[in-house]
Amino acid sequence: MAGLEFVGVRKTYPNGVKAIHGIDMAVSDGEFVVIVGPSGCGKSTLLRMVAGLETVTEGEIRIGENRVNELEPADRNIAMVFQNYALYPHMSVFDNMAYGLRNRRTPRNEIARRVAEAAGTLQLEGLLDRRPGQLSGGQRQRVAMGRAIVREPEAFLFDEPLSNLDAKLRVQMRLEIKRLQRALGTTSLYVTHDQVEAMTLADRLIVMNAGVAEQIGTPLEIYDAPATLFVAGFIGSPAMNFLSGTVAEDGTGAQLDGSGGTLPVAPPASPDGGRIVVGIRPEHLEPVSREEAALEVVVELVEALGADSLVHGQLADGGEGAAVTVRVDGARRVAAGDVLSLAVAPNHVHFFNPDDGKRLA
Amino acid sequence: MEKRVVFSKLGLPILLVAPQIVITLVFFIWPASQALYQSLLLEDAFGLKSQFVWLDNFIALFSDPHYLNSFARTVVFSAATAGLSLGVALFLAAMADRVLKGATAYRTLIVWPYAVAPAVAGVLWFFMFNPSIGILAYLLKGLGYDWNHYLDGTDAMMLVILAASWKQVSYNFLFFLAGLQAIPRSLVEAAAIDGARPFKRFWTIVFPLLSPTAFFLLVVNIVYAFFDTFGIVHATTSGGPAQSTTILVYKVFNDGFIGLDLGGSAAQSVVLMAVVITLTVFQFRYIERKVAY
Repeated sequence: MAGLEFVGVRKTYPNGVKAIHGIDMAVSDGEFVVIVGPSGCGKSTLLRMVAGLETVTEGEIRIGENRVNELEPADRNIAMVFQNYALYPHMSVFDNMAYGLRNRRTPRNEIARRVAEAAGTLQLEGLLDRRPGQLSGGQRQRVAMGRAIVREPEAFLFDEPLSNLDAKLRVQMRLEIKRLQRALGTTSLYVTHDQVEAMTLADRLIVMNAGVAEQIGTPLEIYDAPATLFVAGFIGSPAMNFLSGTVAEDGTGAQLDGSGGTLPVAPPASPDGGRIVVGIRPEHLEPVSREEAALEVVVELVEALGADSLVHGQLADGGEGAAVTVRVDGARRVAAGDVLSLAVAPNHVHFFNPDDGKRLA
Repeated sequence: MEKRVVFSKLGLPILLVAPQIVITLVFFIWPASQALYQSLLLEDAFGLKSQFVWLDNFIALFSDPHYLNSFARTVVFSAATAGLSLGVALFLAAMADRVLKGATAYRTLIVWPYAVAPAVAGVLWFFMFNPSIGILAYLLKGLGYDWNHYLDGTDAMMLVILAASWKQVSYNFLFFLAGLQAIPRSLVEAAAIDGARPFKRFWTIVFPLLSPTAFFLLVVNIVYAFFDTFGIVHATTSGGPAQSTTILVYKVFNDGFIGLDLGGSAAQSVVLMAVVITLTVFQFRYIERKVAY
């Protein structure tokens, strides 16, 4: 097993499209790193570059101590789980798992031992003679995992492995993947566009947007202190509320646009002109009495989820585009047309520069 | 419940299927039954009178060493033609699958020969291999091989095999390419990560997934070599020298229209018909059982 390192990695496609604009990162041995971002952000390209399925235009990828840029996928000692599983349809489950070992001339009894072991871990014992076509989606997913495990590689690469499963199975497989990775201690890179998957699986997250790593950190670091507007909006569900405003004259508060209200907190540094974007997560807005309120929201729509409800509304007198979502206790009855008075936890308010989207810190 | 459309009157549905029925009747059922009937007749050379002889024509056929010879030659010819055209097409398709620049032009060029009429294709190769003026015969002579398909039966056979497979390569190529492109890219990538080199990937992953296509093409190619190659043989060797390229379909023509043994010729075409029916049935049964992974 080994760590993984990206040094100034860039990718430009032959048609001139720049997919990756320079990634620097070190993944330590045994770490589970999730690359998350919207589709087209370059996350899969980055993973495929590690696998050797895409060439590296510039920079260096190291697995362990070795530069692997020029190595064939076969020589990198990595295993990959594909989105569509990529099981060999004409081979039995056993042969699917054994294929990589046979290609590496592993002794026959060793192959049998490793496949049996992986099948045991993944509860595939009774299915070894079946063809992939005779398996359910979850079972295929397991076989794809098994094929990766038996190889005992330096690193696992996952390319959106759960996106073809239904919601319930996805949650279950997510746990299994996490448990398995913990047990094996194999360095893993996991690509997904699903931020819940990203938050739950990752030791560390890379949030990517348009070929740039916007932020790298543990899930909670990223949740607590998103580095950019993009990260703030992408991580967390429902998404963070963004309200535009200015820093108050005396520098002790933030004045929201319109007569939307004043927040008793100010950014540590204010940009030129004092224009700012204030970010508040729906779970950090709390309904209070009118006197204590910092904001007032006119309720438009309520989504009751049971344990809690999501209240969607507009800032009262907030002008255009001041939509606000609030997460309230499920027991609280809120109806469309109500006016909700809200207080803000001061240490949960985020400030961003509207020009470059960077966090003001 | 399935909703059925029912015609209120009988006229329209009959009118709609009539063209298909008429074409089948006129161009298949009628001549086929004529051939069946005629294969039981013995006719005099002037076509003035005929005599019903039961299966005498078939008995004569299978005791005729020329016919059995021709049968053997046809087997060699079709096996070689199918093998050569499938092999070359598979190779070209595997290469075309990787081509990025000019892929369309490349494919169009490969598909072109299919538009050439069999007789023209035959003449083309005939000229290139012509012992006195052919460029390829000249080059072979330079290599020390004295090519002459006028005198040498093996040369003649190779010539018709070449011409026949050249035409069929395009057809096979199209199917192989479509088959290759239907194989998910990630399978090949997974195999690459699993440590299989390109050659091994092809034989352990790509080819097995291509085998339904390959089997279908094999049957189509055999049928082609058996039945659609008359024009090529006629234009190049006329079955010679010394009947060395007289394949079954050519012998039907030769015995019937040149030799005027109409009964024997009809019996031969009945045998051919039996062959093609067997092949087709075999193909359908196999494909139904095996096609889907």
